[in-house]
Amino acid sequence: MARQLTFSIFRYNPNKLGDKPRMQEYTFEEFEGLTLFVALNKIREEMDPTLMFDFVCRAAICGSCAMMVNGRPRLACKTMTNLLPNRINLLPLPVFKLIGDLSVDTGTWFRNLQVKTESWVHTKKRFDPNALEVRMDNKIAEQIYEPERCVECGCCVATCVTANIREDFIGATGINRVSRFMMDPRDERTDADYYEVVGNEDGAFGCVGLMACADLCPMELPLQSQLAYARRRMAAAGLKLQFAGVKIS
Amino acid sequence: MSAKHTHISDVLVVGAGLAAERSAIEAAEQGLSVIILSLIPPRRSHSTAAQGGMQASLGNIAMGLGDNPRIHLEDTIKGSDWGCDQEVAKAFCDTVPIMIRQLDSWGVPWNRVVAGKKKYASGIETEDLKEKEGLITARDFGGVAKWRCCYTADGTGHTVMFVVDTVVCKMGITVHDRMEAISLIHDGETCLGVVARDLRTGDINVYLAKSTVIGTGGAGRIYAATTNAVVCEGTGGAMCLNTGLVPLGNMEAVQFHPTGMPPVWILMTEGARGDGGYLLDKNMHRFMPDYEPKKKELASRDVVSRRMIQHIRAGYGIQSKYAPQHLWLDIRHLGRKWVWNNLREISNIAMNFNGLDPAKDLVPVLPTQHYSMGGVRTNKNGFVYGLKGLFAIGEAACWDLHGFNRLGGNSLAETVTAGFLVGKEVAKYTLGATQKFDYKLIEGFVKTEEERIKNLISGKNGKENAYAIKEAMGQAMMDHVHIFRTGPALQQGVAKLQELYRRSLKIGLHSSGQGANPELAQALRMPGMIRMALCTAYGALMRTESRGSHSREDYPKRDDANWLKRTLAYWKPGADLPTLEYEPVATPHMPPGDRGYGEATAGPKAAK
Repeated sequence: MARQLTFSIFRYNPNKLGDKPRMQEYTFEEFEGLTLFVALNKIREEMDPTLMFDFVCRAAICGSCAMMVNGRPRLACKTMTNLLPNRINLLPLPVFKLIGDLSVDTGTWFRNLQVKTESWVHTKKRFDPNALEVRMDNKIAEQIYEPERCVECGCCVATCVTANIREDFIGATGINRVSRFMMDPRDERTDADYYEVVGNEDGAFGCVGLMACADLCPMELPLQSQLAYARRRMAAAGLKLQFAGVKIS
Repeated sequence: MSAKHTHISDVLVVGAGLAAERSAIEAAEQGLSVIILSLIPPRRSHSTAAQGGMQASLGNIAMGLGDNPRIHLEDTIKGSDWGCDQEVAKAFCDTVPIMIRQLDSWGVPWNRVVAGKKKYASGIETEDLKEKEGLITARDFGGVAKWRCCYTADGTGHTVMFVVDTVVCKMGITVHDRMEAISLIHDGETCLGVVARDLRTGDINVYLAKSTVIGTGGAGRIYAATTNAVVCEGTGGAMCLNTGLVPLGNMEAVQFHPTGMPPVWILMTEGARGDGGYLLDKNMHRFMPDYEPKKKELASRDVVSRRMIQHIRAGYGIQSKYAPQHLWLDIRHLGRKWVWNNLREISNIAMNFNGLDPAKDLVPVLPTQHYSMGGVRTNKNGFVYGLKGLFAIGEAACWDLHGFNRLGGNSLAETVTAGFLVGKEVAKYTLGATQKFDYKLIEGFVKTEEERIKNLISGKNGKENAYAIKEAMGQAMMDHVHIFRTGPALQQGVAKLQELYRRSLKIGLHSSGQGANPELAQALRMPGMIRMALCTAYGALMRTESRGSHSREDYPKRDDANWLKRTLAYWKPGADLPTLEYEPVATPHMPPGDRGYGEATAGPKAAK
């Protein structure tokens, strides 16, 4: 016999005057292949048209639908209910600004991150449309692709102790993003340049090493080694700057 | 009540996928102020879902040696079944190699040529030259004479989208995400901007600009089963159509991708077959060579999709928990290393949604709606027909690079190339244009939208359920306007859609509609979506030939004498059916001929 599932969902619309945060329950019978994507749409279309949540690709590649599922951040689209108990608690990701119910504003947070960490290729070369591309070892291209796979879902930020208590911490996703440029030969920034960006407690040195990010990354990115890589280079850069007599704040 | 905020810029770009952002970059480079509107943060756009790669005739890999834009052009024209605009296709094929290299300079980690002898799973043995080592490599794709699909594993759309967005961030281009354009503001001659609904608050805003660029992507969600993201509801096209002045081109040209994965209909990249994957039937027989001895699994998508359905109809489909009828994709012989490196994103998808490991398991596949070749009709410079100051780009547009069938890898390539080429035209036009301010006119458009919202909330016009109507529309498209089409079925489909259209005008909310209410967003989109569906169904009914993806069983031959032309669908005020006009399709670079694959060449062989 199919299970009765109870979805206990966080409800709060900050734009509605007088609305108060609360948990609301919806119950229906589980069926084959049920994911949280299917379940939430069913609830909205058949039970409660006001329910707010975000899905875009529904294929676990766009990062829109991260939420707290029974206490852990997950991509809802690829979460099958048959792996969950009868009672499923859904809450919005912490850290990010709440838009309503399960919908949070990851877009603004990540855009600020890109700007703050200057996450783009810095080069003095001008693009020459008549020239061949600069050669690159395929192994390096594959190495860059690893951190580049981050979908900016925010799971690592939501689960990070530092990010939960310090607003300006760039999180594993931010450190991963910067290290992606560090390993890209097309980016001409020096370690001293990167030190300006992430050589501080809002960057590479803010992490306290609990590594829940690495355990819970839906893309299974090598966050631990990316963090170690960035730290190693930043620690070396910091020492070098200090020996050169540069005062580090 | 009036608009909450009014924003003014030189250029307004509606949509933030690859085509949209690339055009914004081009305009911003000319010093123009640009605002981008998007339903979602740019990096979540459906462009990121593109897997396999971008076609560009770099000719670096051994199997691509000697490639050039002319061969790419010929492949594209054949792929389009002579339906494309050949001048557009030529400009595209000439420019796309530069685009690939520019993306490289911006940071895309393109996979590179590794020198040495190799043997591919397909049995091909080649040697890549030392002199090409480290240059951008390519994989095989459907309907091509040379390997030219440049890629980053099978996450090409993701890497290109992220890198293009880094340039948008670097240039400081303004993006207003969670902002949905709901109607065009125009005076009958010129587009002045849009009315938009804030999806955070529900507020109505006005955006005014000298030029407006529509880059809102495809309309796959008019079908119940599609590989498209849930945001691909054709909002930009519907908005243009609703003016009554702007036509949609060739809406009946809909691509069905051979390998959507049931039951979730997520795409399994063509790269899987490009890298040597097979299609198998219920007897584990590799059937495509029976139908297409030359191209096998790598004929164009329209052809492979039809052959698959033909084979299922002949009784060779598989019945399983995944779907009532489907076929298998087999990439096991590519080896675990190849599968989990170069086809890793689709392997994750197969694992996540069906618990299958493609290195050892077969993956269920069935042709699935994938791409809208049709869209807002523009001239070869991206200017939309019917209104000045309005441009369209990417999948939202019918620039007409693809005609009646798009080649795999040509759409991702189109996004950045059109973004560059049309973006330049946008900039040129905008630099010579003046902003029109007509407050009465603007207020009129705002008022119309506020009335619509008020009526939906109060239920003044009726209490029809937006979600129920959407579902019925999707099913009607599946039942009547799918891969194989016939006059009587299309006629029934049109009638069903007309009935649904009339009902969609009587939608009333079942919730309060206050704030960023999601039901209201859906309700506002519904009549426009059904108009797009009707343009597709009615265009298909009236086109009495088969061309590319448009396959009429009652008119199985391509008819160049009567149908070498493009459909233009207009929606006149108060109508419940589009008005169709036609324009000729010129063939300056390659006269109509044989595609070298498909029914005309290989014939409808019986299955073995």
